[in-house]
Amino acid sequence: MASAILRVRGLVMDFGGVRAVDNCSLNVDEGSITGLIGPNGAGKTTLFNLVAGFHKPTAGRVTFRDERIDGLPSYLIFRKGIVRTFQIPRELKRMSVLENLMLVPSDQIGESMWRAVAARWLVKRQERAIEAQAREVLEFTGLSEVADLPAEGLSGGQKKLLELARTLMAKPRMVLLDEPGAGVNPTLLRRLVDGIRRAREELGITFLIIEHDMGLVMRLCDHVIVMSEGSVLTQGAPAAVQQDDRVVRAYLGD
Amino acid sequence: MLEFLTGFAILVGVYSVFTLGLNVHWGYTGLFNIGVAGFFALGAYTASLLVIRPPQSDQVDDYLFAGDLANRLDALPVIGALDLWFVVALAGAALVAAMVALVIGTITIRLRGDYLAIATLGIAESVRLVFLNERWLSNGSKGLYTIPRVFDGIVSPQDYDRVYLVVVLVVFALMFAVVRALVHSPWGRVLRAIREDEVTAEASGKHVFRFKLQAFVLGAVIMGIGGALYAFDLRAISPSAFTPLLGTFIIWAMLVVGGSGRLYSPVVGALIVWGIWSGSQFLPDPLGSPHVRYFSVGALVVLVLMYAPDGITPEVLRIRDRWLARWRPRRVAANE
Ligand SMILES: Nc1ncnc2c1ncn2[C@@H]1O[C@H](COP(=O)(O)OP(=O)(O)O)[C@@H](O)[C@H]1O
Ligand SMILES: [Mg+2]
Repeated sequence: MASAILRVRGLVMDFGGVRAVDNCSLNVDEGSITGLIGPNGAGKTTLFNLVAGFHKPTAGRVTFRDERIDGLPSYLIFRKGIVRTFQIPRELKRMSVLENLMLVPSDQIGESMWRAVAARWLVKRQERAIEAQAREVLEFTGLSEVADLPAEGLSGGQKKLLELARTLMAKPRMVLLDEPGAGVNPTLLRRLVDGIRRAREELGITFLIIEHDMGLVMRLCDHVIVMSEGSVLTQGAPAAVQQDDRVVRAYLGD
Repeated sequence: MLEFLTGFAILVGVYSVFTLGLNVHWGYTGLFNIGVAGFFALGAYTASLLVIRPPQSDQVDDYLFAGDLANRLDALPVIGALDLWFVVALAGAALVAAMVALVIGTITIRLRGDYLAIATLGIAESVRLVFLNERWLSNGSKGLYTIPRVFDGIVSPQDYDRVYLVVVLVVFALMFAVVRALVHSPWGRVLRAIREDEVTAEASGKHVFRFKLQAFVLGAVIMGIGGALYAFDLRAISPSAFTPLLGTFIIWAMLVVGGSGRLYSPVVGALIVWGIWSGSQFLPDPLGSPHVRYFSVGALVVLVLMYAPDGITPEVLRIRDRWLARWRPRRVAANE
């Protein structure tokens, strides 16, 4: 029995009068690929924002590797090993694909103003290592050919792959993917699925994935959590969840 | 004519400094500072007040002008000749600009982008009004006018401009080298990421506030030093030099014309805009009147935005590369 890497307990998020997340509790097992599904407006993206520190929850707790992280700023949660992507890709448009990735590693010597000027050879040495890592990640995600293009020139599907690549650059323990498959053509989709699987097998990364494409969820996920109106409706093995009447009704809007 | 050109080159150098600072703010980080004039004025007055006593200071206790450094340091043997007061004045200008930027930045940078714009605009006007109204400190609208020359004992007044031009170029080159090293470093990469999309920078694990504050202070320091350089060029300053038009608009025009977020654009932009601005004063009325001159600078900005949104610097670099390409084969041949 695997242990939970992420625990959410009684999480609430209010936007003015709208309760986007409503007393939501769930666990994500370490090393799993867990699907998070549910109709539009169920609060899935908001849940990601809360876990990754982009919003402060109104109430409730989030625990990552037995440590409370709710309310921490996003850059500290990032350092604990949780990295998220965006439903609509947010690439750094006028920077190259390579630069988009080289940005990511934490604790870069050259991010200190002083050392960027005074210790340039140290910075250069580290830059070479970071570039090598970035090229490896580009290879892994099949983006090597576009490494030097400005990111705004990528196709929609490539931008989704770049989002995945950005998370891998962080050497994360857990990745939150927000609709990675939406609008991606079958060839790139296969590459994406393959990348996610291999990242789990080879790097031991835990994935929590919001996805609407049920085929993709069935192929990829060990476990599926269904959200509706801000909290967990049901969960279980993909096949069992798919046949659950309540899930069908939630999607139909009853 | 030569005198005019030297004076012109000094001001191009000084304005390149302001534009370099604004490039750090807006060009690389996306910080919308519309109060450049505030840091400009703070630098100019701080530097001046460190080296002289203001004309109306008799009514004020001596300790307030512990400064008066020009006379005090000049009186020292040996060291006096080095004109260290100039260095102290520049450092003081930098320090005051940094402290003001730190305070405004800490309060407003966490908030939405527009708050920084409003705050910088407000500070710039407040600073100007303080110097206009606190006459014991700054002599009101008449301003300060006994600011000494650098290297006075060594250089004759006729040569001052040429020597001061070298001083300005050296100070600019130093700051340019630092900015260049910074924007090409991982630190600069984080700034550009913040400019492109702050949320992505956050999702890449960056402490966005820290980097924005650092960039804001750095740009303000550069502007403050620019203000000090300006004061020792004209050697007379008054609040009328720091209006939103002369202290902010024209510097924005230089950045846009040169090309925001490009290393060389401060020089290219300052040269072109200051050329038009100071050249047009010789035109007959009504072409040489201030409102027409402002209009022509504004029109230039609009034209550049329409036809060369990346500014003129890329075009200048292309021409330079064409020339280099033409010369290089010959040079290689000569070496063999
Ligand atoms: N930043 C926000 N401000 C106000 N309301 C929001 C914000 N983010 C999400 N919401 C609201 O919260 C609810 C849940 O949205 P979301 O989490 O995006 O759902 P999902 O990702 O499941 O489609 C929606 O009603 C949405 O309008
Ligand atoms: Mg969503």
